[in-house]
Amino acid sequence: MRQSNTIFSKTPTGVTGLDEITGGGLPKGRPTLICGTAGSGKTVLAMQFLIKGITEYNEPGVFMSFEESAKDLTQNARSLGFDLERSIVQKKLKIDYVRVERSEIQETGEYDLEGLFIRLGHAIDSIGARRVVLDTIESLFSGLNNTAILRSEIRRLFQWLREKGVTTIITGERGDSTLTRQGLEEYVSDCVIVLDFRVIEQIATRRLRIVKYRGSTHGTNEYPFLIDEDGVSVLPITSLKLTHTTSTDVISTGLPGLDKLFDGGGYYRGNCTLITGSAGTAKTILASYFALNSCRQKEKVLYFSFEESPDQLTRNMLSVGINLKPYIKSKLLLVHSSRPSLHGLEMHLLSLHKYILEFQPRTIVIDPISSLVTIGSRGEVSAMLSRLLDMLKMHQISALITSLTHAQPINYNAMAEEAISSLVDTWIKLRNEERNGNRVRSLYIEKSRGMGHSTEIRDFIITNEGIKILNADSVTQQSGNGAEKIHQFSGNGSKRKR
Amino acid sequence: MRKEEHWEFWLYIAGQTPKSILALENITKYSKEHIRANYTIEVIDLLKSPQLAEVAEIFAIPTLVRKIPKPLRKIIGDLSNKEKVLIGLSIRPIITDGK
Repeated sequence: MRQSNTIFSKTPTGVTGLDEITGGGLPKGRPTLICGTAGSGKTVLAMQFLIKGITEYNEPGVFMSFEESAKDLTQNARSLGFDLERSIVQKKLKIDYVRVERSEIQETGEYDLEGLFIRLGHAIDSIGARRVVLDTIESLFSGLNNTAILRSEIRRLFQWLREKGVTTIITGERGDSTLTRQGLEEYVSDCVIVLDFRVIEQIATRRLRIVKYRGSTHGTNEYPFLIDEDGVSVLPITSLKLTHTTSTDVISTGLPGLDKLFDGGGYYRGNCTLITGSAGTAKTILASYFALNSCRQKEKVLYFSFEESPDQLTRNMLSVGINLKPYIKSKLLLVHSSRPSLHGLEMHLLSLHKYILEFQPRTIVIDPISSLVTIGSRGEVSAMLSRLLDMLKMHQISALITSLTHAQPINYNAMAEEAISSLVDTWIKLRNEERNGNRVRSLYIEKSRGMGHSTEIRDFIITNEGIKILNADSVTQQSGNGAEKIHQFSGNGSKRKR
Repeated sequence: MRKEEHWEFWLYIAGQTPKSILALENITKYSKEHIRANYTIEVIDLLKSPQLAEVAEIFAIPTLVRKIPKPLRKIIGDLSNKEKVLIGLSIRPIITDGK
């Protein structure tokens, strides 16, 4: 076409993540086609583009709807927290519902869509609109017979919009073999975005892909996105690079006995720590220590619990002397529980991302990550974890992740461990083994990037005052005889399972 | 009977385009030939009053609207197909009329 090879300016959509993968937004003053199956979120995305334009960039917008009446749109937008009425009153937004009812209209002879042009032109001029949405212009084809006229007029409309210099989103329903039923992608050559809504193993995932963006580089992957009470958010997870800065700050593990095993006296800030162990090896307790310590430093902690509800967690931790309640009350600690099967993996990642952005914690705990593994394939899990950890590192958030492994070395269940172990900076292994007729808990540091650490395997016990790590002497003295050691401490309090 | 009958057409155009002129000629001709009662044809140029396009729900040009009698009827195009227009507007052709 006639465009020169200058760098195009872009119009930010204000949609979380979308501006990142498009390198700044949609092509300014040109039309963008957003196509997808029914219910894939086209209208919501388009509406959000207008609303954000009004609220964040002071760009008035026109929404020309061919499917939903202004009333329906207003109602739907309200459920996403957008108050359209106010914007309309303020002359920042104009909704025009173009009703094309086949049964009410006769066609005879030649006509054009000049009426539509005039309507749209008038709407744009009346509020000085910079943004326009046409949702869904293909509805014209079901209302009118003369497709030849429609095609040439729609082509003319897009050209006209370009000349008007308004940034436009045109939505289109996905066709069988084409991106849109009427092949609108032929007319919109600037930017085409496809939305997809898939259900795999009963779990629904929305995805977004930029098929084409003339004159601009863009992310080419499929990006998962989420529609919730705040509208659309896209997670540009794979665009992350290994460029995060690192900290030399050391933070305590929350357990003095464990701190001593690290030469630096704890974890590095912004590090990711993995704690693995079989059932009942006190993973959650160790995680809670870490959370508690962070709270004591007045640093916010976000605790994702995939197995226990917040109440259950606080009760169970109280039984080993960890009182989380005051910190939940003072809002230093936020426990977020959800079922792994609630969403697909990507959705979990997205919601983690959203919570992290909202709550702005310095520390997060994911307990346990292995629950998520049950819902995804190996490749997915590994990809998801690397994205998550990259994101945490970028924000300099210290993370502690627990993962359940089986006591016996069963290969198939080492999945989470394998997927994650190369990504984490510190790895603590917990064990619960049988020695001389007793179950003895022990821990050791498998790895600790950038910090020397003890190589000892330390036994520990759980009392109602918490975890006691037994000193190395007793281990060396009594190696192979854990039973005696337990007796030493049995007076201290009842032993507990997690 | 017919004395109460009154027909009112509004023809929406956007400037004097050939299609619009043809449409006006056609509806004038059909009305003369087939409507015995009073009729009026009003031409509305949306280039002059663009705000009316939304109010009248016009998207195609030319559009003929039968305002009276009710219900509202809409025909888009240059009205070149006489039979279709008459049926669309429920005008009974005069040859078979009055029996």
